Amino acid sequence: MQIDFQSSRLLRPARPSFIRLTLLLAFFMNLLPTSFWPWFPDWVALVIVFWSIRSPLIVGTGSAFVLGILMDVVDGSLMGQHALAYVLMSYISRVMAHRILWLPLKQQLINVLPIIFAGACLQVLIRWFAGDELPSLFYFVQPLVTAALWVPATYVLMLPQFLSNDRDYERPI
Amino acid sequence: MSGLDHQPPPLFKQGPAPLALLILYVCTSISLLVLDDRFRYTEPMRALLTQLTDPLKQVVQWPVIAFTRVDEYAVTLDQARQENAALKQARLVDAEKTQRLEILEAENQYLRKLLETKRILGARVQPATILYSARDPFNRRVILDRGTDQGVIEGQPVVDDQGVVGQVTRVAPDYAEVTLLTDRNQSIPAQVVRNGLRTVVFGTGDGRLEMRYMSSNADVQVGDWIVTSGIDGIYPRGLRVGKVESLESDPNGIFSKFILTPAAGMGRYGEVLLLEPVAVSTERPASLDRPADQASGTTMTKKKRKAQ
Repeated sequence: MQIDFQSSRLLRPARPSFIRLTLLLAFFMNLLPTSFWPWFPDWVALVIVFWSIRSPLIVGTGSAFVLGILMDVVDGSLMGQHALAYVLMSYISRVMAHRILWLPLKQQLINVLPIIFAGACLQVLIRWFAGDELPSLFYFVQPLVTAALWVPATYVLMLPQFLSNDRDYERPI
Repeated sequence: MSGLDHQPPPLFKQGPAPLALLILYVCTSISLLVLDDRFRYTEPMRALLTQLTDPLKQVVQWPVIAFTRVDEYAVTLDQARQENAALKQARLVDAEKTQRLEILEAENQYLRKLLETKRILGARVQPATILYSARDPFNRRVILDRGTDQGVIEGQPVVDDQGVVGQVTRVAPDYAEVTLLTDRNQSIPAQVVRNGLRTVVFGTGDGRLEMRYMSSNADVQVGDWIVTSGIDGIYPRGLRVGKVESLESDPNGIFSKFILTPAAGMGRYGEVLLLEPVAVSTERPASLDRPADQASGTTMTKKKRKAQ
């Protein structure tokens, strides 16, 4: 299985329709009324970072911006708060993709964690500038949980590619 | 071999440069932030997008809300019986109070008529259920199941059985967003029950309330009840806001700050009441414009006396 570039197995690119479906599902997960659990992960951030690394031509800063605005609307937060964070997370992921994809899965997680954590901190900073109080420390557990989901997310989001069964045994590689 | 249906990834046609797009989106986001925070210009856009995302929200949240209802339904019979007995007792106590209240209200109305004040305090109420609290940890807000379709308007006060909960700050066709009193941006005109001292109570954002900039010799004691004063034209008079919990003195000794515990059950799930905002007439009373008409006034009272 090609989790990183060190493996020799070639995978087909992910289908754009599947990518859009995962973005939609992540958005649905964020709609759940989970304000009681501040540690509940930000699924949209995770999926945006994932696809910005894996298929930057389909998911980039544009999708991040649109999803960010939608999150701002459904959360009732400041317009542009999530959008700015997601756009920057998507761009940094894209720039670091060439490096991250050469690493084994656990080291990928270590590299993704600061991106997601910085995104959450940026949102705190925006609200702080807008004059709101700082959230409780539990808020900062949320990016950690989100980043920890990187390993299961890799397997789930790449499942259709792993399962594609037209393996050509005659092919040299 | 079905691999040919995939197009090879484009090598050169990759759209606009990522950095250019980044700058575009970051600038747009920052302008939106400023427009929303300082000028609230983004409200029409937000309303439009809310219309689109609202059905999705309902579909996703339906299982959760349904589960909560089933959970509530599964209360054991024993609990229900105990509650029933307690409620019966409470009702007896309340019935006595209600009767006294009716008499007082009638008497009060009579006195007000006599004084020719035009203030109307009989606000219409509408019950609503709190669906959930907003996911954003920076806001103290809850979502109610009533919206513009049920006649909810922005600015309506929201109370529960113990006191003021907050105010409706945003409405959609089928839900309304209530900013709680404890929100940092929320303030409410109030007065001390014991001596009628008027003040303003602010939310602090951490679940408590504050009375700031009170003069250091203000007659407020720990344990005093604070109620709404009704001079803002939104909250009716006499609703409980909170109880004075402690005093924080300013080191300079000019002002003192009082910390209150809110009276209403902030941040708990449950039922609340939406009140009509009370519009206080700011017109000058007609009697003040014509001081020469006092004679006719006296004849009126004479007539009234005769009628009695």
